[in-house]
Amino acid sequence: MSGSDSEKQTKGATEGKVEEKAAVEVVEKMIPVYIMGKRYEVPEGLTIMKAMEYAGFKFIRGCGCRGGICGACATVYRKPGDYHLYVGLACQTVVEPNMYLAQIPFYPANRASYNFDELKPEPEEIFKLYPEVFRCVACNTCTKVCPMNVEVMDVIAAIKRGDIAKAAALSFDCIQCGLCASRCMGELPQYHIAQLARRLYGSKIAPRAEHLSDAVTAIEEGKFNKMLQELMRLGIEDLKILYQARELEPEMTGEDWQPADKSHLVE
Amino acid sequence: MRISYYPGCTLKTKSKNLEDSALASMAALGVELVELQRWNCCGTVYSLADDDLVHHLAPLRNLIRAKEEGNSKVVTLCAFCYNTLQRANLLVRNDPEKRKTINSFMDEEEDYEGEVEVVHLLQVLRDDVGWEKLYEQIKLPLKGLKLAPYYGCTLLRPEEAAIDHVEQPTILLELLQTLGAEVVDFPAAAKCCGSYQIVSNPEFVVDCASNILSSALRCGAEVLVTSCPLCDFNLSQMQGELAHRDSEFREMPILYFTQLLALSLGLGPEACRFDLNYIDPRPLLKSKGLLNEKHVTAAKG
Repeated sequence: MSGSDSEKQTKGATEGKVEEKAAVEVVEKMIPVYIMGKRYEVPEGLTIMKAMEYAGFKFIRGCGCRGGICGACATVYRKPGDYHLYVGLACQTVVEPNMYLAQIPFYPANRASYNFDELKPEPEEIFKLYPEVFRCVACNTCTKVCPMNVEVMDVIAAIKRGDIAKAAALSFDCIQCGLCASRCMGELPQYHIAQLARRLYGSKIAPRAEHLSDAVTAIEEGKFNKMLQELMRLGIEDLKILYQARELEPEMTGEDWQPADKSHLVE
Repeated sequence: MRISYYPGCTLKTKSKNLEDSALASMAALGVELVELQRWNCCGTVYSLADDDLVHHLAPLRNLIRAKEEGNSKVVTLCAFCYNTLQRANLLVRNDPEKRKTINSFMDEEEDYEGEVEVVHLLQVLRDDVGWEKLYEQIKLPLKGLKLAPYYGCTLLRPEEAAIDHVEQPTILLELLQTLGAEVVDFPAAAKCCGSYQIVSNPEFVVDCASNILSSALRCGAEVLVTSCPLCDFNLSQMQGELAHRDSEFREMPILYFTQLLALSLGLGPEACRFDLNYIDPRPLLKSKGLLNEKHVTAAKG
């Protein structure tokens, strides 16, 4: 950058003009980070993921959504003078000077095979598939290493006492990064166990939405076929007119508001 | 009176009868058992078979929870939970080096030095309620019912964790006498039921059950009274096998002391959750006139 500035100055001088440099000269502050033990200088303010790419790493896997939700870029790091291990997602965590990091893109945790349809919504099914759940010693290392602040130990504690609903609720934010399993003394695959609990809860324990099944029945009975066929026959200009003219629910209205045209509602 | 309460995993799953009857009878006595808001499995005694510190984390974490909620005492019902929590507490109280190491490891928790007292419900009944006050509350004395108080191991061993003297324990006997029953003290009252050997060596458990139950039977007992879900399981499950091997073996229902407490307080058989016992005690209780409707009064609270 400074190279091009001096170029400009030279040019200005050659042309006989005095250019006032109004712009503030921006110099990126570079900070050292250690990626897999090797030192790199990267611009301050980048996320770990961007910093690694700046340093020349090319992510061909282990980079996922780049949005903090897929769990592919789980990173473990230390800070100077501190023995603690910190965790974060590379796509979300900003680099700090002398950060000492490595990524855990995948962990070979046990993943039981099962036919989900055949499972009963009972804790014994989880115990059978993952007997290692009883090896938990409540050391809490899993909770400490979770980048999403899930109370992992409490999830396992709930499963041990048969509370599938609680395990499902507590593990809601889990992004399946595998860091918990990587540090677990008892070799539990917490994220796989919790996922089974959530699946059992969502599919077989949680109350069903009755209005949903009513709507599905109405669809299967063909209630909307004619309306859809009519729409499909229209040209694009007619569709645009219809779209602009559609009835919208007012912003501030009571729960019992109904549209004037009720033909598409499910009773 | 409110006492912090640690249930343990089994009381939420296989032994709901122990929890339900305990909560109901203590409420009738004016004692509210307040479950800890957050707790984990204690480790169930077997965890302490290894000489390491990591297995003490689970029980100690529960005591830290009790301390965080501002309690000086936590009560438990399951004899195994009692034993595990008590022994972990003793380690922290008596060994400063190990206490330091454990607190240093559990850096996300506040330091714990053994400030919380671990008690078993029998101690609460004897010391906080008192036998005399309990006697005044009895609506349905368990007359004519011959009960054998069975302690098993974990309430009496090791000595430093025991709630009573291992050779001549009396606490359960005193409770059952207060309830109006005829108490049959028998020699095998503190003999081991076989414990976890039920998993790896069930033949051994058959022998243990045989010794304990035939000893109780010989002394004239009709019901064995326990505080431990594993003793309940072992001694109940083996009775089928014992009957098969010995034509003179008579089936003996096993009841939790809290179920008899609830019954004698007039809370009715539903509150006692007899439906969950492995061997149904209701026919026997009915024959003693203890399930008659007229003795049943409305449960308090």
